[in-house]
Amino acid sequence: MLERLRTPWSDSRAELTLGAVSLFICLAVLAMVVFVTIQAWPTLAHNGLSWVGPGKPFKEQAEAMQNAGPHPPASAYYLRAWPLIWGTLITTVPAVLLGLVIAVSSSIFIVELAPARLRRVVIPVIRLLASVPSVVYGLVGILVLVPFVGNHLISPAEKESLADTVQLTGAGLGVAIVILTVMITPIMVALTCEALTAVPNSWREGAVALGVNPVRAVLAVTVRAARPAIVAAAVLATARALGEAVMVFMVAGGNDWAPRPSDGVTFFFEPLRTLASTIVDFQEGIGAPALKSALYTFALLMLFSGLVLSVCGYLIKLPLRRYQVRT
Amino acid sequence: MSTLRHYEEVPRRAMAHGPGRRSSPLSWRWSDRLALAMAWGAGLLLCAIAAAIVVYFCVRGIQYLRPSLLLSRPEVGTSQASTGGFLDPLLGTAILTLIGILLATPLAVAAALWVVEYGRPSWLARVVETCIEIVAGTPDILIALFGLTIFQLGLLAPFSFTAAGGGVYGRSFIAAGTMMSLIAMPAIYTATRDGLQAVPAHMREAAFALGKTKAATIRRVLIPSVRSNMATGVTLGISRIIGDTAIIIFLLGATLRNEPQNSVPVIGLLRGTGASLTSYIFYNSPAGEGGAPQKAYAAAFVLLVFVMLLNLLVGRIGRSQADTTGLTVAGAIV
Repeated sequence: MLERLRTPWSDSRAELTLGAVSLFICLAVLAMVVFVTIQAWPTLAHNGLSWVGPGKPFKEQAEAMQNAGPHPPASAYYLRAWPLIWGTLITTVPAVLLGLVIAVSSSIFIVELAPARLRRVVIPVIRLLASVPSVVYGLVGILVLVPFVGNHLISPAEKESLADTVQLTGAGLGVAIVILTVMITPIMVALTCEALTAVPNSWREGAVALGVNPVRAVLAVTVRAARPAIVAAAVLATARALGEAVMVFMVAGGNDWAPRPSDGVTFFFEPLRTLASTIVDFQEGIGAPALKSALYTFALLMLFSGLVLSVCGYLIKLPLRRYQVRT
Repeated sequence: MSTLRHYEEVPRRAMAHGPGRRSSPLSWRWSDRLALAMAWGAGLLLCAIAAAIVVYFCVRGIQYLRPSLLLSRPEVGTSQASTGGFLDPLLGTAILTLIGILLATPLAVAAALWVVEYGRPSWLARVVETCIEIVAGTPDILIALFGLTIFQLGLLAPFSFTAAGGGVYGRSFIAAGTMMSLIAMPAIYTATRDGLQAVPAHMREAAFALGKTKAATIRRVLIPSVRSNMATGVTLGISRIIGDTAIIIFLLGATLRNEPQNSVPVIGLLRGTGASLTSYIFYNSPAGEGGAPQKAYAAAFVLLVFVMLLNLLVGRIGRSQADTTGLTVAGAIV
């Protein structure tokens, strides 16, 4: 037996073994899609696509689902989740846009402007920001930023204006956007830096030789050439932001409230739920089939939008190949 | 990159500034000046944020961390003095890391070897690459929910916490560790693949010329030469595993203590539910039930120290690998 193991493998055997292991990974991905879809199916079958529509607060719906017991009737699968999708959108989109501006600026700084000594400091810093666990970010948010916003930024008048519907503690949209931005910016910085360095040096040198200042040369030539990669980075960061659950759950208040843009500045202080944070919030009720199916429906939507986003990212990067800029 | 700085010396707008004078940003168009300011501002802002986080947690850590916290088990208590330490969560994190890395490394290295060295048919290789990219982009909470469904299958009941009545909870160290391997796998794969692609073709050719088979080349030439890349990948994988919370909450039960399923020494523990540092922080934050922020600070400090050490390690190992920016050391962030 041991003797057999020690004899060198033949080529075909090695190829088959390694290939089988690789295929196993594909199977795992396939299984993920299939299993999540199966779990989400009862809700989808009952609601069709109208579950994305507006309806009662999710907490009430969830309680009804839990009360339906272990063998719920079909009507218990009723789900309307627009406030959660709205919450996801208003946290993700501003965070990505804000992060994009910071990421492109700081990538230019890292690749083109920073003195070598400073660059040696900035790069580990970005890597550190990318690897700080989300629960630590959440802790900073809930113990530092939320009290700060609640005590200093929200005026008593603003608290008063919504006193009968929702309590403004500071936990809410604004803090969630800020921390989410800090969390996704490093990803974009890494990908953007990679793209900027992949642009041939001679292009920039050509621009500078024409008498343009270095910053203009970078903006007009390098950033322009790397534009598809920058958009792809933003797309990837969007996928990351959509799925951030624990941090958002900690800092966003988790109230049944969808922030209303019509409230002006107060909008940024209003609590909300996102799809992902709702899954964490109701994880204890996952034993109830109806609620479980609803939560898996959210997961399926996240999975689906993640897939769409990565296809978009791939398509956006295609034009880069034409210039043989490989990122 | 640095070539630009040489060109700065070339006199521009020579008429305006006199011959041979260096162009200063003050003479630029305002939009260029704004861009310059934003670039510096953004770079320094990120540094400031990182510094603030590190300094803040160091202060809190020194304030609240006591050696006894590291060595005592968590207790249920009403005051912060009576809730014990976080020995169990530390142990839980270690167990999960071990399981996750042990499962992920062979999987990722085998996939990288197959894609780079064999990769036939090529469309299949592309499918494998895409699948790994999908895993890398999947939020941890989705992986957690996926793990919950498969470990609740009756077939896999022996691997997880089972209630007295026969109900399968699908929660255990084995379940969480298995799903953690999915979290760590993409990093190890990317690192190994990049390493393999960087091995010059003449090394393979030399091995073939000496009469080695491809399998023997892989074992004797390629794997030894990408060892440092694999180490980078594993380090990155570890730092992703120890920072994950969602999988712990769903698949490990996030109980306060590690609760073995039965009294069988190791297997009972692995089949039981437990805690990790992240779930301990979550539990003790105002969002959780424990409500002992001082403990949360102390645990977060310990976690952050681990993460920083791992980062340092990546930088150390990564220095030997030629990497253009050093930022995406082997796809560090993707």
